[in-house]
Amino acid sequence: MPFREGPLGDLKVPLTWTAAVALIVAVVIAVAFLLADRRETLQQQAYGVTRQTVDTVSKPVSGVIAAPGRWTGLGVDFVSSYFFTASENRKLKAELKEMRGYRDMYLAEVDKNQSYRSLLGLRTDPPIPMVAARVVADTRGPFANTRLADSGSEKGVVVGNPVMNERGLVGRVVGVARGASRVLLLTDIASRTPVMVDRTNARAILTGDGGPNPKLEYLRGVDPIKEGDRVVTSGDGGVVPRGLPVGAAVKGLDGRWRVVLFADDAAIDYVRILLFKDFAQLADQKALLTRSLPPVTTEDPDVSILGPVATTPKPSVQAGAAPAGSGAPPTTQATTAPTTATGPAAAPSPPSARPPASSTPKPATSKPATPKPATSKPTTSAPTAAQRPGGEI
Amino acid sequence: MGGARPLHPGLWLGVPTVLCVLATIVFAAPIRVWGLQLPEPVFAMVPAFAWALIRPSILAPFALLALGLFLDMFWGGPTGLWGLSLLVAYATALAGRSMVTGQSQPVMWAWFAGVTAIAMAGGFLFSMLDSLAMPSLLAVFWQFLVTTLLFPFAHRLIDRFEDADVRFR
Repeated sequence: MPFREGPLGDLKVPLTWTAAVALIVAVVIAVAFLLADRRETLQQQAYGVTRQTVDTVSKPVSGVIAAPGRWTGLGVDFVSSYFFTASENRKLKAELKEMRGYRDMYLAEVDKNQSYRSLLGLRTDPPIPMVAARVVADTRGPFANTRLADSGSEKGVVVGNPVMNERGLVGRVVGVARGASRVLLLTDIASRTPVMVDRTNARAILTGDGGPNPKLEYLRGVDPIKEGDRVVTSGDGGVVPRGLPVGAAVKGLDGRWRVVLFADDAAIDYVRILLFKDFAQLADQKALLTRSLPPVTTEDPDVSILGPVATTPKPSVQAGAAPAGSGAPPTTQATTAPTTATGPAAAPSPPSARPPASSTPKPATSKPATPKPATSKPTTSAPTAAQRPGGEI
Repeated sequence: MGGARPLHPGLWLGVPTVLCVLATIVFAAPIRVWGLQLPEPVFAMVPAFAWALIRPSILAPFALLALGLFLDMFWGGPTGLWGLSLLVAYATALAGRSMVTGQSQPVMWAWFAGVTAIAMAGGFLFSMLDSLAMPSLLAVFWQFLVTTLLFPFAHRLIDRFEDADVRFR
């Protein structure tokens, strides 16, 4: 039966009012979405499945749409290189001449640098692996500045990885899907990057505002910066490695220090994603794994916390503490004297040689002497020192 | 009798929505010519303005919400930011519907600019509250300017569907 012929057929609701109600409901939903958003936390959890799906679908679509632009650019490059070969050749020759001078300086500086490093015993960071990616979509509005790159979790990209092009830092990865990753640009309003002025080492936080030149905030020191100073990443907080080029300092129209990004001078269609998560990955994990570990010392299960000393500590525990020597203060030995009367010398004795619990004298002072920290602490701290001489467990 | 049929939502809601999505994707292409990038207008402002003038509707706010959510996902912004901003613009246009309808093109263009300004101001405010930072006014103005230039599309949409539904003539 059609609706109009039913009992509610004559019910007439003013459309304007129903439209207004629909509008209010939609607004409430939008507000709920906005309140639930955790984009500013820049965590993988905040980058939900919906966004990952949109990125995964957008990648091929945007890739196809961006392709004609890319081909046109390549075509224009080809044609211009054909017509301007002679002038370009002259320019390159002049550049080469200049670069030869720089090369000699570079080699001299490398030599000097190596000498300084060996003198100081400086430990430099190992190279960071990276993944090349093509940008398929680029958004540059005032409220969001991101790029969609075509490399994702299948290549080891994770949230937090810094992204560079051949000139400088571009931003960092804020969302990863299979085959795609979302890069938050330095210019985005949610972007905060610890940087420093290369000349003075003055620290600042590079803060995006949706414009082309992010601000330098929390700049400290007396006269820490001047026009044209090179700004690099400071590595503070472990977000990005230290020393990545960012840009040059300029005074903005609003009187604030801003940065002209080096990355803007390069083409936007290719980026490199540094597979850098934090400084822990720069340590030699192999060396850490092969290092002998300290002995595991636990509280003696035979000793009751309720009564006086019932048993002596196990020799194995003492064996770990004994070589520490300096780590175990004599007072500790004294407090446990009733049970370890023979001192360190008795430590290596096998468990079978241990006197029975009943034969152990029970002095009145033994109860306070048995607290766990007194005996267990030296044994836990000692092995790090004891490791090298004894080394083995 | 054909003229008495109500307007099909797919025509005046569905098609513009799809076109807005496509235009947004096209304009997000990473192209730079002589150091200049493509502008990034908010194409969804066209239906937000036009739909309110064509007729009050229950579906239109939800279509705008969906468009806004798409923009947030695709542009990588805070979820709900553009949904809310577009709905604010739609509500403004709906409230001023009786004053705008039937006006000359320049006046309607001015109204479109005003509604766009309200949407951008909303986006500015919501963005500030969400990120606890102030977006660049210059960047906001630039996007406002390029979005305002989209009025001819809104005018075309209004012209096409304003009289399409006999119940709202």
